[in-house]
Amino acid sequence: MSTTTTTSVDVRNVGRRFGDRVVLDDLSLTIGESEFVVLLGPSGCGKSTLLRLLGGLDLPDAGTVSVPKARAIVFQNDRLLPWQRVLRNVTIGLYEDGADERALAVLDEVGLKDRARAWPKTLSGGEAQRVSLARALVADPDLVLLDEPFAALDAITRLRMHDLVRDLRHRHNAAMLLVTHDVDEAIALADRILVMSDGRIGSTYDVRLDDDERDVGTAREDLRASLLGDLGLAAVH
Amino acid sequence: MSTGFAPARVRPSRGAAAPSRERATETFTAPAGREGSRLTRLRRRVSWPLGIYTTPVAILVLWQVTSELGWLPEKIAPAPTAIVQAGVDLWKLGELSVDLTTSLRRVGIGLAIGLTIGITTGIIAGLLRSGEYLFNGVVQIVHTIPLLAILPLMIVWFGIDELTKVLLISFGAGLPMYLNLFAAIRGVDQRLIEMARAAGVRRWRLITRVLLPGALPGFLVGLRFSLAYSVLGLVAAETINANAGIGYLINRAQTYLRIDQVYLGLVIYAILGLLADQFVRILERVLLQWRPSYEAS
Repeated sequence: MSTTTTTSVDVRNVGRRFGDRVVLDDLSLTIGESEFVVLLGPSGCGKSTLLRLLGGLDLPDAGTVSVPKARAIVFQNDRLLPWQRVLRNVTIGLYEDGADERALAVLDEVGLKDRARAWPKTLSGGEAQRVSLARALVADPDLVLLDEPFAALDAITRLRMHDLVRDLRHRHNAAMLLVTHDVDEAIALADRILVMSDGRIGSTYDVRLDDDERDVGTAREDLRASLLGDLGLAAVH
Repeated sequence: MSTGFAPARVRPSRGAAAPSRERATETFTAPAGREGSRLTRLRRRVSWPLGIYTTPVAILVLWQVTSELGWLPEKIAPAPTAIVQAGVDLWKLGELSVDLTTSLRRVGIGLAIGLTIGITTGIIAGLLRSGEYLFNGVVQIVHTIPLLAILPLMIVWFGIDELTKVLLISFGAGLPMYLNLFAAIRGVDQRLIEMARAAGVRRWRLITRVLLPGALPGFLVGLRFSLAYSVLGLVAAETINANAGIGYLINRAQTYLRIDQVYLGLVIYAILGLLADQFVRILERVLLQWRPSYEAS
């Protein structure tokens, strides 16, 4: 696919420990502009910690993390403010004029323009997560960090969200880093898949498949088998 | 394995029960008349015609009837109608309106002072670490002293006039407001604050759109307590050197053995409490409609 020349994210020799537990160990990572990188790994492998470092929510013990200033995070739970209507939830981080128009435009992209006046409590899980996607994209970030954003959704909604994210990616042209433990999700979305283990990036796969090949085919199955192997799971066919 | 044997050990008499015991099943079907035939709806209406007020009204009716039959001595409990009559009489004399306005003015001024101080300090302490250190220790210590025990000290400090009465009410209103507001602001979901930080929300907007709205439920709890304690403060304040007010009315009635007027005073206190409660309920309905637990009617 796209060969990237400029880098969006540059992580060098980062270490992070909590007490005696080393969570990130001399980890390095670069993400190109408008590249979609998926960070795959079992729970507790440090992938969320890495994402928090990239988001500036946490600081490393060693090494450097450089990321674009314009960045956004989509969290595992929607984290909408229950006391603000959908529109105001999307504009929470906007200070310029015309915030409402921009928010409505992004809500339209995620298919929720008519829900702008709704309270978050009236949204379904998928709708709420779409609002939080809109909140992340409304400021036109250069980097979007997604922390297992679809883990709590049902399988059908999750597939719809994958389509939506692919679509949004082409419109917004931001670098994206998605953290997940779902191999199929990784294959569906990634330009590059990084498998994490023991606080390091274990193996890297460049995914050069078109949208149809991601859904079905031998290339997909081979990739899936290797990923499962890296995760320490025997592939089941 | 061990769990499989446990019941046998607990109940040895039935230990030899046959293993091929029939499996107990439960079957659920639609109850008769769930949709509410007109008859069932009528029956429901008849059994609780006034909702939660059915029991109080029933007690009132019973009270009235037993009084009229002469079973209740008038010196212990005059009939409800007699209490109402006492109120009408005092109103006609012009005394009741004086007592009422005096008491309401005291509560009003006391609440205004107490809530202003409680809300201001509560917000400062909730938002700032230094505010917490400044106020929290003092409030927590003072909070352990019962409201009524402060009265003698206040009399020494501020005399026996209006100032002491108003300050006692302020004290009762301010403390619970501070405590609840402080806890509510500190209790706002950390994940939402983190989200706001990640979204680039600056300090002022964080306060006005995240912290304060998030503290609103706790604020309303505090308001409920404040209103209740302010009435408590009023009762205590009006037992000392009052020449007007509901408390004065009750004291005077007690002196002259006008038990109907004593009851009247209590009824007025109850009505004040109910009104305060209703006021907070309305506020909750307006301000907390976003809450998942709130069912819109």
